Amino acid sequence: MYNTNYHRAESTDDAIAKLGASDDGKFVSGGQTLIPTMKQRLAAPSDLIDLCHIEAMKGITIDGNQITIGAATCHADVATSKELAAVCPAICDLASHIGDPHVRNMGTIGGSIANNDPAADYPSAMMALNAQIMTNKRTIDTDDFFTGMFDTALEEDEIITAVTFPAPAKAAYSKFPNPASRYAMAGVFVAKLKNGMARVGVTGAGSDGVFRHEGMEEALTSDWSADAIADASVDEGDMLSDLHGDAAYRANLVKVMAKRAVEKAG
Amino acid sequence: MSEGIGARVLRREDKRFITGSGKYTDDVKNDRQCYAAFVRSPHAHARVKGIDKSAAEAMAGVEGVFDGHQLTGDGIGNIICGWAVTSKDGSPMNMGAWSALATEFVRYVGDAVAVVIADSPANAKTAAEAVEVDYEVLAAVVAPDKTLESGAPQIHPEAPGNLIYDWEIGEKDATEAAIAGAAYVCEMDITNNRVAPNPMEPRSAVATFDPSEDHYTLYTTSQNPHVARLVLSAFYQVAPEHKLRVIAPDVGGGFGAKIYIYPEEIVCLWASMKTKRSVKWTSDRTEAFLTDAHGRDHISTAKMGFDANNKIVGFQVDTIANLGAYMSLFSSSVPTYLYATLLSGQYNIANIHANVRAVYTNTTPVDAYRGAGRPEACFLIERMMETAARELGVDPGELRRANFVQEFPHQTPVIMAYDSGDFEANLDAAKAASDWDGFEARRSEAASRGKLRGIGMSSYIEACGIAPSAAVGSLGAGVGLWESAEVRVNPVGTIEVLTGSHAHGQGHETTFAQVITDRFGIPHDNVQIVHGDTDKVQFGMGTYGSRSGAVGMSAIVKALDKVEAKAKKIAAHLLEADEGDIVIENGEVKVAGTDKTLGWHEVCLGAYTAHNLPEGMEPGLKEGAFYDPSNFTFPAGCYICEVEVDPDTGTTEIVQFVASDDFGTIINPMIVEGQVHGGIAQGVGQAMLEQAVYDDSGQLLTGSYMDYTMPRADDLPSYTVSHETTVCPGNPLGIKGCGEAGAIGSPPAVINAITNAIGNNDLSMPATPSKVWAALQASSMKQAAE
Repeated sequence: MYNTNYHRAESTDDAIAKLGASDDGKFVSGGQTLIPTMKQRLAAPSDLIDLCHIEAMKGITIDGNQITIGAATCHADVATSKELAAVCPAICDLASHIGDPHVRNMGTIGGSIANNDPAADYPSAMMALNAQIMTNKRTIDTDDFFTGMFDTALEEDEIITAVTFPAPAKAAYSKFPNPASRYAMAGVFVAKLKNGMARVGVTGAGSDGVFRHEGMEEALTSDWSADAIADASVDEGDMLSDLHGDAAYRANLVKVMAKRAVEKAG
Repeated sequence: MSEGIGARVLRREDKRFITGSGKYTDDVKNDRQCYAAFVRSPHAHARVKGIDKSAAEAMAGVEGVFDGHQLTGDGIGNIICGWAVTSKDGSPMNMGAWSALATEFVRYVGDAVAVVIADSPANAKTAAEAVEVDYEVLAAVVAPDKTLESGAPQIHPEAPGNLIYDWEIGEKDATEAAIAGAAYVCEMDITNNRVAPNPMEPRSAVATFDPSEDHYTLYTTSQNPHVARLVLSAFYQVAPEHKLRVIAPDVGGGFGAKIYIYPEEIVCLWASMKTKRSVKWTSDRTEAFLTDAHGRDHISTAKMGFDANNKIVGFQVDTIANLGAYMSLFSSSVPTYLYATLLSGQYNIANIHANVRAVYTNTTPVDAYRGAGRPEACFLIERMMETAARELGVDPGELRRANFVQEFPHQTPVIMAYDSGDFEANLDAAKAASDWDGFEARRSEAASRGKLRGIGMSSYIEACGIAPSAAVGSLGAGVGLWESAEVRVNPVGTIEVLTGSHAHGQGHETTFAQVITDRFGIPHDNVQIVHGDTDKVQFGMGTYGSRSGAVGMSAIVKALDKVEAKAKKIAAHLLEADEGDIVIENGEVKVAGTDKTLGWHEVCLGAYTAHNLPEGMEPGLKEGAFYDPSNFTFPAGCYICEVEVDPDTGTTEIVQFVASDDFGTIINPMIVEGQVHGGIAQGVGQAMLEQAVYDDSGQLLTGSYMDYTMPRADDLPSYTVSHETTVCPGNPLGIKGCGEAGAIGSPPAVINAITNAIGNNDLSMPATPSKVWAALQASSMKQAAE
């Protein structure tokens, strides 16, 4: 790792000021991707501005049907929240299978979403739950937020403060882990919203990062069952292909994980 | 005898290992210590046109920047392969030059071209990045068959066509004739995948030159510190042997990768002399993937002929073995004398012929990795036996049984003379433990859950106790493979045993002490095992090839014999009895059939006070011995693996794994079971998870745990391990060895089980979910077409 300066931000304004004052600073919110990358000397920010200690960005609130998770909330807190489990157990289940205990106690939902790793779990849930991404500047619809692999609608000086979404009628996440990294090779989050619409978010498999599968959404909206998506087609041309599995295999995994998620959701 | 041979004594070394108190090479901290960082080639094959060190030399904390021209200019010799293999036309092997720092050419990604010595690891790494190397990139080749094609890039001038040797064993004409006359011939193309060893502790070296004494000390992660000193001194001219102390302290796993002498140790020693500073280097994990010697990497075609009674009449194998970019220390012996000599398996085969071509490629050097040649042989034989059974429509166990060697000693057509064994006992025990006969019911039950269940077996044999020195010398080995021991009895009766074996996780401190406890009846705690320091132990050949029990402990027994004989002489003198009537048991020295007795400590004290010794006897009680084995030992067994495959994803779950092994005498069953568990984990890793993958340009795609799949606890089942023992007749304790068996026997059992489950025999290692799924698609398409 190259030398870097560590700063703990007190607020989003403080964070932005500190970023502005640095040569080549970077926000860190758990650092479970950034720190290993820095250790490998593949990233060398001059300054790290830590967002994890901004009190206003921590915690889970449930207001009637609306769920809000602070961006600095770690995966372990999402995984073990009894209040959240009562209204959206699927997101707790997803969080409980991210990385290992170390990662779950350091990594945050805001960090995960901002990084938009194509194999990260949370983006698929945000897509399927029709979440809104709240920042220090605005609120962004999830469909507008994820703009491609490792790319989001966030501006340079924009910080995710929370995510918010309505509790779904039914939801579940099914992931096929990469044998080596245990990141998702295909992770599918399915949700049946209370307005009757089904949404399907797919991570790990797409060559352009997380995406919604509209064909499955239509099928599931009219018939919420695994059988309804048995004949869904997944375009191999949109799939990643690497030494762990080619596009045909990933396309198959997307279908299988989607069916399993629907079965799991009940 | 609760602490003697056969007792489940808890591992005494675990107290320090599991409390974080182990003392590893990287824990060594010397005054004014500096750190080495290597400048490594990012190209698989390139000409080095120039190296500009000036920017790095001017950077903070830098003590020196050195390149290969300086190294060779100081007379440091090339790295050599210590086992000469002769081609079938009588020509010597074509060994290319390997300088610890490359001068004219780099030949794999990670090849070191320069080193920076600086006052901190960070400063060293940063300066290493500032060394500018001007490369002319050349075409590279990574596949063992492609490298032999005409027009392939030429890697070493010494090896035209990239061929290192073209070697054979056995009778070609007779084998071909036998197969030509066979009633049935099983033919297969089999690849043995390249794996990276991944010991938990990465390699490390701390070299200190003392200019006032012209003396060097090297702490290093070695399985054989004396061999390291010998080679560093005699071949690389780093320092004279008597001026070089090599210490291999606690070492966190080796698996073969820490046998060899690598460029980094050589460079650290030399740089310590250049800078007059202590120099430390510790590999990071990616450097380990790039530079620790890999294992396996064979492609083979094989034919096995059977007569009308299903007896094997001939076995012919043609193998290309990828040795990587340079010939590592024992690389040449692995695909020849450690591989083709085991091609008879557990079977009575009159005709065997194997041809092996070893080749250079632009990849990390390949050398011995847990099992070393024997897993490759076992995988070939046992995949073919299973396939033959399927094609002949006979039970795989019964096909094996019909061909088992039943009488010992048994001379195979490929050098080895099996001394003992009971292969049927292992087969029957494994079948019983796995409820082999109840499999079809389990398969049906699994099918009702949508799972494809399969079962497969493997009857392995290997050669351990490496090795009779004269025999390996006649086959080209540059060293003898005996072992030494020294037993020092202290005046109070406690004992230190100095051994040339080296423990890097095996539990020698516990098991070796059990042998002494067993002999004299003194408490286990009263015995200390000393190893790993060339200043303490006179010489030793180290630990690899499952040799420390069969060879290392045999040397200890020989030294104990001498100690016992002298102690009895002293006791007989003190007790005024006949020497032949003295017995030592339970910590007492007695005259048999009388109440005349002395404490063990009293005899020991008598040896050192020397007040009343037999006429002419020297004082003291300390004896040494060298033990040279008379033959290899032959651990063998039968492994049965049962799997369930999820047809939707290709995921394989091992639902049962049974091992029935014959290791000869077992000193500590708990430790032996641990060795089997770990070995199977590595075998399962090779079979289902692990592969070092290069792209066509020679870039290693699996350079971290993000892409290289190590076996984890949830990939593995609980094992059922048992033993059917025949005592080894060749050594005093009857030990065969257990360290590699698991890694040798398990891969074919796993692949036989998966192919049985999916109904497609065309499946290579590692059988990852994507590959198994693709094989399932292929077989269902085939079925649809039919």
